[in-house]
Amino acid sequence: MSLLEIEKLRLSIGNFEVLRGVDLHIDQGEVLGLVGESGSGKSMTALTLMRLLPELARTSGRVTFDGIDILNAPEAAMNKLRGDDIGMVFQEPMTALNPVKTIGEQVAEGIRWHTGANRKDAENRARTMLDRVGLPEAKFPLSRYPHELSGGQRQRVVIAIACALQPKLLVADEPTTALDVVLQAQILDLLRDLVDERKMGLLLISHDLAVVADMADRVTIMRHGEVMDTGETARILTEKKHPYTRQLAEASMHVPARTPRFVPPPLSPPDKGEGDADAATGSGSSVPGGKLIGKSSASTSPSPSWGGARGGGAPSQRDAAQSSRNAQTGPLLVLEHVTRDYAGRRRSFFSKPEPFRAVRGVSFALHEGQSMALVGRSGCGKSTLARMILALDRPSSGSIRFAGEELTTKSEAELRPSRRNMQVVFQDPYGSFNPRHKVERLVAEPLHLLELQPSRNEKRQMVAQALAEVGLSTADMDKYPHEFSGGQRQRLSIARALITRPKLIVADEPVSALDVSIRAQVLDLFADLNQRLGVAYLFITHDLMVARAITDQVMVMHEGEIVERGDTAAVLDGPQSEAGRMLVAASPDLDRALARRRAAASI
Amino acid sequence: MTLFLTKRIAIGVLTLLVASIVVFSIMEILPGDPARIMLGMNAAPEALATLREQMGLNVPLVERYANWIAGMAVGDFGNSYTYRSPVIELIAERAIVSLPLAVISLVLSTVIAIPVGIFAAARRGRLGDTVSMGTAQIGVAIPNFWFALLLIYVFAVWLRLVPAGGFPGWAGGIWPGVKALILPSIALALPQAAILARVTRSAMLEVLGEDYIRTARAKGMPRRYVLWRHALRNAMIPVLTILGLQFAFLLAGTIIIENVFYLPGLGRLVFQAITQRDLIVVEGVVMLLVASVVLVNILVDIAYAMVDPRLRARA
Amino acid sequence: MSAEPTSPPVEGVGQFARAAFSNVSFVAGFVITALIALMALVSFVWTPHDVINLTVANRMQPISAQHWFGTDHFGRDILSLIMMGARNSIAVALVAVGIGMGIGVPLGCWAAARGGWIDEALMRFNDVVFAFPALLSAIMITAIFGPGAVNAIVAIGIFNIPVFARVARAGAMALWPREYVLAARASGKSATLITIQHILPNIASILLVQGTIQFALGILAEAGLSYLGLGAQPPMTSWGRMLFDAQTRMMVAPHLAIFPGLAIVITVLGLNLLGDGLRDLLDPRLRRQR
Repeated sequence: MSLLEIEKLRLSIGNFEVLRGVDLHIDQGEVLGLVGESGSGKSMTALTLMRLLPELARTSGRVTFDGIDILNAPEAAMNKLRGDDIGMVFQEPMTALNPVKTIGEQVAEGIRWHTGANRKDAENRARTMLDRVGLPEAKFPLSRYPHELSGGQRQRVVIAIACALQPKLLVADEPTTALDVVLQAQILDLLRDLVDERKMGLLLISHDLAVVADMADRVTIMRHGEVMDTGETARILTEKKHPYTRQLAEASMHVPARTPRFVPPPLSPPDKGEGDADAATGSGSSVPGGKLIGKSSASTSPSPSWGGARGGGAPSQRDAAQSSRNAQTGPLLVLEHVTRDYAGRRRSFFSKPEPFRAVRGVSFALHEGQSMALVGRSGCGKSTLARMILALDRPSSGSIRFAGEELTTKSEAELRPSRRNMQVVFQDPYGSFNPRHKVERLVAEPLHLLELQPSRNEKRQMVAQALAEVGLSTADMDKYPHEFSGGQRQRLSIARALITRPKLIVADEPVSALDVSIRAQVLDLFADLNQRLGVAYLFITHDLMVARAITDQVMVMHEGEIVERGDTAAVLDGPQSEAGRMLVAASPDLDRALARRRAAASI
Repeated sequence: MTLFLTKRIAIGVLTLLVASIVVFSIMEILPGDPARIMLGMNAAPEALATLREQMGLNVPLVERYANWIAGMAVGDFGNSYTYRSPVIELIAERAIVSLPLAVISLVLSTVIAIPVGIFAAARRGRLGDTVSMGTAQIGVAIPNFWFALLLIYVFAVWLRLVPAGGFPGWAGGIWPGVKALILPSIALALPQAAILARVTRSAMLEVLGEDYIRTARAKGMPRRYVLWRHALRNAMIPVLTILGLQFAFLLAGTIIIENVFYLPGLGRLVFQAITQRDLIVVEGVVMLLVASVVLVNILVDIAYAMVDPRLRARA
Repeated sequence: MSAEPTSPPVEGVGQFARAAFSNVSFVAGFVITALIALMALVSFVWTPHDVINLTVANRMQPISAQHWFGTDHFGRDILSLIMMGARNSIAVALVAVGIGMGIGVPLGCWAAARGGWIDEALMRFNDVVFAFPALLSAIMITAIFGPGAVNAIVAIGIFNIPVFARVARAGAMALWPREYVLAARASGKSATLITIQHILPNIASILLVQGTIQFALGILAEAGLSYLGLGAQPPMTSWGRMLFDAQTRMMVAPHLAIFPGLAIVITVLGLNLLGDGLRDLLDPRLRRQR
């Protein structure tokens, strides 16, 4: 008899059927990965077994936990179960803790409630538990408030709350989605250790196949409220018998076919600017190009992006022309010693506020048609850097030259010619459009930058062409953004960026809010545009898979500095800097996870 | 915390300073010569000149402002033109009516409103919620002076339980005084309570939708426990804001209510002083009322900081 | 008060109308407000009785078939007076909201767009205005510049300015970091243009809701001022003025006070219901909560 048994679970909210007959089970001490894209009903499954559903939800079927009929248990019995026998970890650590209570109170509260322990004993247990999740009392006393902790630390507190009473089952709903890859790896390690150590069952809900492959003994794949495929992790994900499993797996490892537009001249930097740049970042952090290429070709591990690219056929005539023009005109974008300070918080009324340095002396060059990734952990300064390049923010010192023009000293009016050649694609496909404007007006917005304002007809034509370019139809012009799906909106975002025919597109995490299958399509589009239109990219991402998929060069940013740079494949296969190594090691990788799993099984 | 307090107090002082300039300039640009108002239309020019000299009306504007501020700082608000007595004495005499009235009303409205708001939030969508919020909706719409007239008609004229107006003073014991303040306090408090109850309910509902409420529920804490121990303290933050804002409303409300009930309070004093052009009294009372609003808002800020640890850390 | 600006999905007019008709608050508020407005309009061309030419013989009559709400001390029909009074109450409150919005919203948007010391100065200015008990200051203004409807409008309007400035600023501040505003900046649009094209349309709904609230408060404030004899002056009338006249005659003729008071309550109730309904309809975040 399993610890948790869900049979033919159906759930509807209003007229909408969220779950349509879900079956799954978890044994004592087993890790089950529940995978699905957004809207698959995986989170609702978790909330059902906690009986924390919205009031209007109606359920049928059976959920049995440890012999208790969950769907029909009285509320008092559920209160006994929650927190004691089933613990739950949520997605968003920033809001999951009560801001006006100390972390000690929040961990001890459940202990006192369930065991009837007095305050002191409960606090002792809370202390032990917090220590266990990596928040030792010396550094994180019980009297800390949530706002004094970072996101990763808060998630540890949430885990401490969930595991404080040694539950038989831990439910973790996307526990690392809101964290960067390094924190993700740490939190996953912690979860794995706790589960092993306490013989807990774990229901791990995730959209990320690689994470699940790494963690779960068995996996259940859901789509539209139904179970598509289920079974032992390695077998399911290797054999990929079910078409949807295959689709998911392929999409999450997808690499668009592309040829690098710009091949940076090997060894010697192309101009003095970049020479300075390398000198500026100093130390041995940047690797000379020659050595890199050598390493990359000697590397035994196959590098999909390079392989794909080589098979992609010879560069066209236009490519050659483009490259030769590169050589003549120099780099498109040059940053020299760019630094950005923010006013810090004042410690007391009389002391001067200490500035916080978000970006520290960054220098680099980007050439026409080049696709460059800027990777780093959250808070490393990469988005600040992007905003400065886009002239939405000014550096405290240093210079940014775009197509030979210095941006940092220009007025808004003088920036217009540069802005025309430089556009942006943001992360959030929902927040990047004014919900009250129609697509025609949204996509046409950058045309404001043109000297000669096009007529209404010309405008419509340009919008139609931009839409065609991103695979949308002319008829979409008269729709509102909410009529599109997330992936389509990101296409709209790209269309808007393309309409002035820019030379550079800065993309800030452009696919991280998308489901894997959609993400693959959008990445294809980016790759295709780079090939066809020769537009250069600066891709800001925390996801190394994305960087690998569509960039030629990568820069690793850490605490405001560029600590490593080079060919994408080379850097990602053999990172030299500490920060780079950490990023690579922490990045979930489906192939690696499966290989590890097979190796473990064969022993 | 000290940084937080220092900043709030600095802002309070700044507010008072700006307010004093505003009050002073309004009084300055007013038509009419205070000396002439005191002596009447047919006063002899020499007497007028002497009085102007005595009242310090002949010195330059900035100096007069400085004198006024300096005087107020040591409790000298000047002399009333019409009552011929120090303004500070008039204020003291009247404050013993207005202050109890304001305090009783504030306490009454809070004590009624917050439990009702919590109750309604806890029973959202059910009968208790609908009835209490329906009542509150009407309560918000009732002008307090009209409500006062109805109260007088019912309790004083009809039932003869309490006096219809006037104030016997505190000399005859506490009870007669309090009795005279019962209807005025209710008239002031109930419309305020209606607003506060609505704010409390919506703040509670907002908080009850937060992620950390779900975390607490996932811990196994029962609904009621979560409501009182997790939601309430967070919901108090917007409630405190409204409470602070309401104090200013309440002070203004006393002006009308004191007129309805013929109470010799500050509101009636300032109202009469305005109609009699007794500007020095107006200036003094207005500054006092502004100062008390500023003070209450600083208290609210301190209460904020006690409720919300994030504010304690932030400046 | 929530500062989160609303970005309702742009729905079809039909869909919005359907949602509106199923919202009890909105329907009730809309009907009441419309009836009161209609009453005020009708009073320009028709009232049940002539209130200009007085028939003193009719004074202080109780409720009757002829005078539904009775008559006052001049023998004027109360119902007719209430209809006339509606004009004044509505006009004062409406213009006062107009003043508040017209000055407050640009100020708030400006502060949000510029930030820095301009923003700080505006917020401090708001602190100062909020520190003045509004009605007290309105009493001062009307007493000083003379009683009358126009001065009442100005006095109430001035205190609407910081309210709208604060609401507009809070809404705009929440929108400026949005990605679509950043995209507009990357398209070289000026702060003014962005405010007009992106900020204002998206804070319009919270401003509308605040407008109905301030409208209701304006009616109450006008009533208070008139009640103190500082608002509308005879022969003009307003509901507050009628209560002022009724006060001394309460003992003998309570109907003089009851009907004008009810008129105020119903109007304010209608506006508040309308505001609540609009908030539900326009703010999807709150809609989810019900």
